[in-house]
Amino acid sequence: MAEKTLMKGNEALAEAAIRAGCKCFFGYPITPQTEISAYLSKRMPKVGGVFLQAESEVAAINMVYGCAGSGIRCMTSSSSPGISLKTEGISYIAGSDLPCVIINVQRGGPGLGGIQPSQADYWQVTHALGHGDFHAIVFAPASVQEMVDTVTKAFDLADEYRMPAVILADGLLGQMMEPVTFEDTEIKMSDASNKPWAACGHGNKRKHNIINSLYLKPDQLEDNVRARFERYEEIKAKHTEAISDYCEDADTVVVAYGSTARLAKSAVEAARKEGIKVGIVRPVTLWPYPAKEIAEACKNAKNVLCVEMSMGQMVDDVKIAINCSKPVEFYGRTGGIIPKPAEILAKIREMGGKN
Amino acid sequence: MTNEILLAGFGGQGILFMGKMLAYFGLYENKEVSWLPSYGPEMRGGTCNCSVCISDDPIGSPLVDAPNTLIVMNTPSYDKFINTVVPGGTVLIDSSLVEAKTDRTDINVYYVPATALANENDMKGMANIILLGKLLKETNITSMETVKKAMEKVIPPKKAHLIEANIKAIELGMQQ
Repeated sequence: MAEKTLMKGNEALAEAAIRAGCKCFFGYPITPQTEISAYLSKRMPKVGGVFLQAESEVAAINMVYGCAGSGIRCMTSSSSPGISLKTEGISYIAGSDLPCVIINVQRGGPGLGGIQPSQADYWQVTHALGHGDFHAIVFAPASVQEMVDTVTKAFDLADEYRMPAVILADGLLGQMMEPVTFEDTEIKMSDASNKPWAACGHGNKRKHNIINSLYLKPDQLEDNVRARFERYEEIKAKHTEAISDYCEDADTVVVAYGSTARLAKSAVEAARKEGIKVGIVRPVTLWPYPAKEIAEACKNAKNVLCVEMSMGQMVDDVKIAINCSKPVEFYGRTGGIIPKPAEILAKIREMGGKN
Repeated sequence: MTNEILLAGFGGQGILFMGKMLAYFGLYENKEVSWLPSYGPEMRGGTCNCSVCISDDPIGSPLVDAPNTLIVMNTPSYDKFINTVVPGGTVLIDSSLVEAKTDRTDINVYYVPATALANENDMKGMANIILLGKLLKETNITSMETVKKAMEKVIPPKKAHLIEANIKAIELGMQQ
């Protein structure tokens, strides 16, 4: 087994991107994700890739658009306000059916907000990452090791389904160090040879490819969008992920994702020691959303608690997942405040066994 | 059992480095570990702190708000954190920089003039490592062998000549 080493989430993710065959990175600095750029600025030239600090987030995402069109694995990263700037480009990338990986190391908002960890971009990433009918695959890792493991998966699925994949982290995951190992010891090859749609040099051996998101004829556009949504159904069936613990006999089930899930799990385990029957289910993918898995985890529960670092965004999807069949309560901190396991435990105690 | 450690001082005192060393102690003892810095404007000379968790079980919250172990290297950090230490906890204070004395009797407090010791012994900038040595002596957090292994990992190869000096600083701390 490879040696365990301590790395910051941001740096580990950047190294994992290199090993996943990412050949081009376009970024613009913003706290708390800047270590991704800084790491890749040193590392990317050594593997024959391109690191480019663009003049703005808008420029960076449009460089990703162009690079993805040529069939090369590429990535951009930012934090909340920067992602807002990128959304127009993300919509174009989705509309052109191009693969790329986008990292959001969330901070508090709205506006410039703050620089401390937050999960207040859930609505944006799952419901409106740009205009138009489209989705991005969204992963929500909960540890530094998972930041690493998710990167390869994100690139592979983005390529397979020709769509953007997002890794939704936050300042806590980006800044903390934990032990990591890298399974991909060799750098994956990344070229356009298995991408027949790519707009790259071909010596006039085939008809040229066109990358486009403009369809002026409504019936054509409708067909195009419908075909994309058919692919979405396949992704939902094959790639929805959630992890549940202690749910079988739980009276209360906690739903939380990302770094909040690990805080909530500590609270759940402390509550179990007090004899409170409580479980936890963690969505690993936020789109596709693990509605069935959540309903299954909550089937024996009397009530459900959603915990987030926001004013309550995912909580609506939890209610939909269980068809509003039982009470769903919410606990959250926002603005960059990290909820303490003790606070979550207090809320669990209050709800424990309550009908 | 989780050892929740909080390190605090000014930016530039090596607070984050000390944290990284502790995290590697844990890693090499086959424990679960996490390291979380305060980040942002603090890094530019303001107050700086760092949470380190060393545990037998997976770590939920990497943020330490009720430490078992506290090391403070300036007065603002002392004022802010001295009352957050759990009863029975261990506190190391750089008494060259912090004049205050706590009246808490439910914690183990060690006053070490680490900065003065560093200056007197030609170890400028190694007050943090002296404190780490004292922690080693008082809590058996790890072995000297692990300390050396961690030093070799954390100190970059081009600064390898500093490993010996760091070990000396650890030893000086252990004599206090």
